[in-house]
Amino acid sequence: MTLHTYDAIIIGGGHNGLINAAYLARAGKKVIVLERRPIVGGAAVTEEIFPGFHFTEFSYVVSLLRPEIIRELELPRHGLKILPLPSTFTPMENGDYLAAWDDHDLTRRELYRHSPKDAEAYDEYARVMVRMAMAVKPLISLVPPDPSSLSIRDLMGLLKVGEYAASLSQKDLYQLAKLVTQSSADLLDEWFETDALKGTKSASGIIGTFLGPRSPGTAYVLLHHYMGEIDGAFRAWGFAKNGSGGVTASIASAARALGVKIRTQSPVKQVTVKNGRAVGVALENGDEFHAKVVVSAADPKRTFLQFVEPKYFPDEFVTQIRNFRTRGSSGKLNIALSELPNFTALPGDGPLHRGAISISPSIDYIERAYDDAKYGQVSRRPYIDMIIPSMIDPDMAPPGQHVMSCFVQYVPYDVEGGWTDEKKDQFAEHVIATIEQYAPNFRRAIIGKQVITPVDIERIAGITGGNIFHGELLLHQLFFLRPAPQWADFRTPLPGYYLAASGAHPGGGVMGAAGKLAAMEILKDWK
Amino acid sequence: MLRTTPFHERTSTLCLAQNWRRWAGCIVAGSYDLTLDREYWAIRNAAALIDVSPLMKYIITGRDAARLLNRITTRNIDKLAVGQVYYTGWCDEDGKMLDDGTVSRLDETTYRLTSADPSLRWLSMNAVSLEVDITEVTHSVAALSLQGPRSRVVLNGCCESPVDGLKYFRLMKNSIYGIPVTISRTGYTGDLGYEIWMDAGSALTVWDALMDAGHDHGIAPTGILPMDIARVEAGLFMIEVDYTAATHAIIEAQKSSPFELGLDWTVNLDKPGYFVGRRALEREAREGPAWKMVGLEVDWNPMERLFRQVGLPPQLPAAPLRASQPVFSGGVQVGYASTSAWSPVLKKFIALAHIQRPYYELGTDLRLEVTVEHHRQHTAAKVVKTPFYEPEWKKK
Repeated sequence: MTLHTYDAIIIGGGHNGLINAAYLARAGKKVIVLERRPIVGGAAVTEEIFPGFHFTEFSYVVSLLRPEIIRELELPRHGLKILPLPSTFTPMENGDYLAAWDDHDLTRRELYRHSPKDAEAYDEYARVMVRMAMAVKPLISLVPPDPSSLSIRDLMGLLKVGEYAASLSQKDLYQLAKLVTQSSADLLDEWFETDALKGTKSASGIIGTFLGPRSPGTAYVLLHHYMGEIDGAFRAWGFAKNGSGGVTASIASAARALGVKIRTQSPVKQVTVKNGRAVGVALENGDEFHAKVVVSAADPKRTFLQFVEPKYFPDEFVTQIRNFRTRGSSGKLNIALSELPNFTALPGDGPLHRGAISISPSIDYIERAYDDAKYGQVSRRPYIDMIIPSMIDPDMAPPGQHVMSCFVQYVPYDVEGGWTDEKKDQFAEHVIATIEQYAPNFRRAIIGKQVITPVDIERIAGITGGNIFHGELLLHQLFFLRPAPQWADFRTPLPGYYLAASGAHPGGGVMGAAGKLAAMEILKDWK
Repeated sequence: MLRTTPFHERTSTLCLAQNWRRWAGCIVAGSYDLTLDREYWAIRNAAALIDVSPLMKYIITGRDAARLLNRITTRNIDKLAVGQVYYTGWCDEDGKMLDDGTVSRLDETTYRLTSADPSLRWLSMNAVSLEVDITEVTHSVAALSLQGPRSRVVLNGCCESPVDGLKYFRLMKNSIYGIPVTISRTGYTGDLGYEIWMDAGSALTVWDALMDAGHDHGIAPTGILPMDIARVEAGLFMIEVDYTAATHAIIEAQKSSPFELGLDWTVNLDKPGYFVGRRALEREAREGPAWKMVGLEVDWNPMERLFRQVGLPPQLPAAPLRASQPVFSGGVQVGYASTSAWSPVLKKFIALAHIQRPYYELGTDLRLEVTVEHHRQHTAAKVVKTPFYEPEWKKK
């Protein structure tokens, strides 16, 4: 048994853990990150699953990573490059397609083909969503104040929220109120008539959530995915050089440069509590680490129900964390390809292969996919969001061959009868058969595949329930309610113990906001 | 009608944007795509194929070729080895920049000079009494620039001899699909990159060979606008944008010396003998330049605040801004930025700026004029080292 002493211990080397560590180290603290796996990254990792083929295993695109974090930690200097993902291509069931290209006129002409009205509405919709994203942006960087509290800090926070609400126009405020309560289907029905357009747009509202596009609250999830900002452009999504592992590699490099020590293959068994304070952690191998502060960048369930004995928390809090919804709803199929999928709707190699390809022909299609999942089944005809990273970054696959990332929903964690190898094969088969319907050469192009279910996300990335956001972005799990009322400020009922990941405000999507905000709060408490 | 380059038959079918730019009386693609992103990232992450044929090119050969180049340029050409390339500027008698380009030593007594402006007259005037032949080959020699981290692999895929041993600012003779070419490890992007020089008659074969070899490496035909972003990141300036050739200047104040452009390292005052501008440059070297071209990096948060105040996200230019933007210190104008750009790879707003002594020292805090929703504002900027971006593989 060895003993080590630090100022702060971070449990979990995902992007939030590393960002938290980097900000604490930047303030002069001696920090160690303890990562269970042999590699850092958490759910933002890239691994060479087949020789020469690099899979961005879980998370696969980047947009929400806070620009101020990129600047403050100088991530570009540490290798972060965000490559453009310029288009979205939706093949349709009738053999046609709908595309949004990276040019306003091309997209308008393409939409016009389907609906002249939608072509016009599209611009206005885009403007409204940018305004909404701008409106919500200040809340992302705010520690949620508790409306029931009379503390100076909370009152000041509430004042800020009030000031901010007052700064919005009446129209924007109403729009925002609708957005946080509506279903994405209702929102989109107000704007558009083309099924494939509505289907594709509604998909942003269900990602990582166990809800269908007709469920209230999904419009907010849609907005959450619009808050990303690349080079000042809201709603822009990109692909990180070397995949999502490239993002965390740059953060890890920045953290190390700031003096953070990163120890992999160091699974934490328990947080050590002394005199009612977290004072360190014990690893599964018996090594002990002491520190003034312990930060968990794991999900709330692990943080509060696994690492710490429940007796240190109020019963009510434990109940709230137990009830925190973390139903995994999505899976991935990562594929090595010998050739590009050739889409019947737009044959040949083309710009479509450099953008997102979305199997989302209509809202009904996605809602039906949800129907399967509601009753414990994998969607027979799932929503699929594909990208071909090797078309964007040639370093991802051997020359002339490709890797493809398929994000699939719905893939329930609690599949009926539990996950077995047959079930996994069946899930992969649903996905392949669905894509094959639009790109007949797809099946024969497959030279290797990696199937990831929510159970695999839980097993590999260590996220309870395999929920990509560490807990769904449901209204009752957001802002001052995330992860539990009164504990949305990254502090926990156990003094010296903090939560700094996606299960805290403002949620997930390789955003890094929780990691940074938590670090700022920890530094405020530092005595 | 303006000239087209020897690659026009290919570039014209690929140029979806129909975004043609003029360059030395020729038209070349500004960008092939409707936006610059893909071509820019081809430079920074894959391989970008750029038609740079309009560059003025001169073959200078004969016993006194080196003497002529020593007399005209500021570099010590005696030190230029066969197979080596120098970047250099050249000046008038007052030590003011006339042009800049590269000198390549092709063999013992043969050199190739590239320039932006026609230079035949200037070369001939200075060649009086020298045993030297000067031939303009601007149109008979075609040139392609292949830039980006994958450029070496692409060349190895189509060249007779591998280019692995070719060092930074060196050149080699090679052959692509049986066509003799010269390949220099040079460029205007600050990344790994090469320039391929060939007979204009063989241009299309070489283009096809490179596009073919690059297909699996993300090669993109790239216009000069995405290259313009890369050159700003590399801290490289452009004639008629960042400085005015002394021959084009109407007033003295428009002229620049190599010192004022930060080209101190190219002014070899220790070389023997006379060269054009020597006395003026010696004097300036003693006194220090009154101006200097430096890199400016804009502090993001205050700029974002300026935009936020009017309810907008920061408005970033998609292509470098070739407009003069005043630079201030304590409310007094101390210079101007001649090109500013958003750097996608650095995620920073950067500028090349001409700043008066003593404000050009590294780390000096200055203020740059930016226009926010029609209102002129000042925002914090700092003098920083250039190149702004320099990947480790550039010289490796």
